[in-house]
Amino acid sequence: MAALTDPAVVVESAVREKRRRRLSPKLVVGLVICGGITLFGIVGPFFVGDPQKVDNIGLTPPGSGHLLGTTQTGQDVFAQLAYATRGSLLIGLTVGLAALALAAIFGVIGAYAGGWVDEAFSLFSNVMLVLPGLPLMIVISSYVQNKGVWLVAGVLALTSWAGCARVLRAVTLSVRNRDYVAAARVSGERTWRILCVEILPNLVPILVSLFVFSVIGAILGEAGLAFIGLGASNSWTWGTMLFWAGNGLALRLGALWWFVPPGVLITLFGAGLAMINFSIDEIVNPKLRDQTRRTRRGWKASKEQIAVAEEATK
Amino acid sequence: MTYYLRKLGFYVVALWAALTLNFFLPRWMPGDPVDLMIAKLAAKGPVSPEIRHSLELLLGTDSSRPIFLQYVDYLNNVAHGDLGVSVTYFPQTVSTTLADTLPWTIALMGIATIISFAIGILLGQLAGWKRGSWLDNLIPVTTMFQAVPYFWLALVLLYLLSSVAQIFPTGGGYDVNTVVPGFNLPFLRSAVYYGTLPALTIVLSSIAGWMLGMRNMMVSTLSEDYIVTAEAKGLTRRRIMTTYAARNAVLPSLAGFAITLGFVVSGSIITEQVFSYPGIGMTLMSAVQNSDYALMQGVFLVITISVLGANLLVDLLYAVIDPRTRARA
Repeated sequence: MAALTDPAVVVESAVREKRRRRLSPKLVVGLVICGGITLFGIVGPFFVGDPQKVDNIGLTPPGSGHLLGTTQTGQDVFAQLAYATRGSLLIGLTVGLAALALAAIFGVIGAYAGGWVDEAFSLFSNVMLVLPGLPLMIVISSYVQNKGVWLVAGVLALTSWAGCARVLRAVTLSVRNRDYVAAARVSGERTWRILCVEILPNLVPILVSLFVFSVIGAILGEAGLAFIGLGASNSWTWGTMLFWAGNGLALRLGALWWFVPPGVLITLFGAGLAMINFSIDEIVNPKLRDQTRRTRRGWKASKEQIAVAEEATK
Repeated sequence: MTYYLRKLGFYVVALWAALTLNFFLPRWMPGDPVDLMIAKLAAKGPVSPEIRHSLELLLGTDSSRPIFLQYVDYLNNVAHGDLGVSVTYFPQTVSTTLADTLPWTIALMGIATIISFAIGILLGQLAGWKRGSWLDNLIPVTTMFQAVPYFWLALVLLYLLSSVAQIFPTGGGYDVNTVVPGFNLPFLRSAVYYGTLPALTIVLSSIAGWMLGMRNMMVSTLSEDYIVTAEAKGLTRRRIMTTYAARNAVLPSLAGFAITLGFVVSGSIITEQVFSYPGIGMTLMSAVQNSDYALMQGVFLVITISVLGANLLVDLLYAVIDPRTRARA
């Protein structure tokens, strides 16, 4: 008891508590960027005009009335951007969830069941992994003339889950052989309970990181498909915006305000998600945590001490 | 030996899966591609019954035969290299069209990927070795390049370097007006000149992935006991970095190299579209635009086979480099 009331100890534990709660700057920056863009996608479309509305003021530079200028046919770029953000995020979210579900089915269940189920599931996901994704997407979507958003999302999910399944399988294999899982099995827990209650919580960090990856992949994949003219018809995404900008020779006409914003938003969103992923990686694998000069300075080592330490490790 | 057999078996299964997918996809999809193709072919010249039959096998509308026999015939045709006739490049067969365009893609994408891999691994090694140095702090910045949609980056660079600055040509594989394709110096020089900008964009957009992977593995490897042993033995820092740490850290990247090849091929479709490069991706896109299903299937098949072949090669090499893989099998 005496030790607990000792002011020095109290201060020290408070400092430690504070340090533990401090989020890494990468995580904060990533969350702010992604949160901002998501908010824009949710709220934006309510405040802008009709993105399809054609006007006779084609290719007006950004200015009053049109925040980001207009397209070749006088459509408002800002309005399009708001709808496109919503569309792209929806596709990213759907594909991310679908790919994760497929990966979990084939990765986790296969690895847990073992035996021929595992052999078959991992063979199937490895085959899906080596089949090149984009050509497959192109082939599938070129057979269908009028593509809805859901079809494009489905194709993206089908061609992107395999990598995640492989990672999940490897992690599940290592978790399922731990003693506490064996104990749960011996004490008569049912298989689904072991899977959902004992194993799944250990996979959460990996699942989040894989989800973030799939979302980036889906948004970039959709943009690529849309850019070569195979995106969903009659929908607004960052990719279709870029497709129309490319078609309207936006770059050659110098209409940077039409071509640059969708690309910048994709980049920002992708970079934000990547930063979130970095910090998750650092939580999962402490070895990767930053030891920048700033943190070392935080240890309050004097210059002489650092010099001695560096001399010793040379 | 079991390792090699297992690997070989896996790729045979993968190839079979690709062929089967190719066979069934047009049959599942709505619409009648054969009539569409025959109509287009007829506009360009007479269509013999053999061509019709070959197309029907490829795309599947021949309802007189049971589907299993069609499947056997199809596999037989593919085994003999008969991939049908292209509408876009009529009367060339699909096989010759592919033979013309494949070398362009392999040369461009192969060289660019190897350059990107080499530089990325080297920089990642240095960043992992000197934790917290400026190079290490640069890594989050380079991931920005990875988040940029590739075609967007390529278009911006194309605009800046060939429209504004006019350093590079705006597209194509070589200067069609002045040089003749073949093994002569002017042609090769022209091809290199035209290929530099596409290669540059590929390197820029893919280097960050290699760097990050190598850096993280390097950091993990550096805390291994054998590194401490090497330090205790008094080896030079350079030797510890290269032959002790980097050599072991590079293994996952090498294994990842095989998987990336699929993405490389996918990337080439968009690269070639942006730079009008005369490779296999351009062929695929013109096939899609002309509803040339036979050519499309051929391209998909060739792409799949090249990816599978490259994967097999990397797997076999990997077994030589890392003996543990052979032991585990």
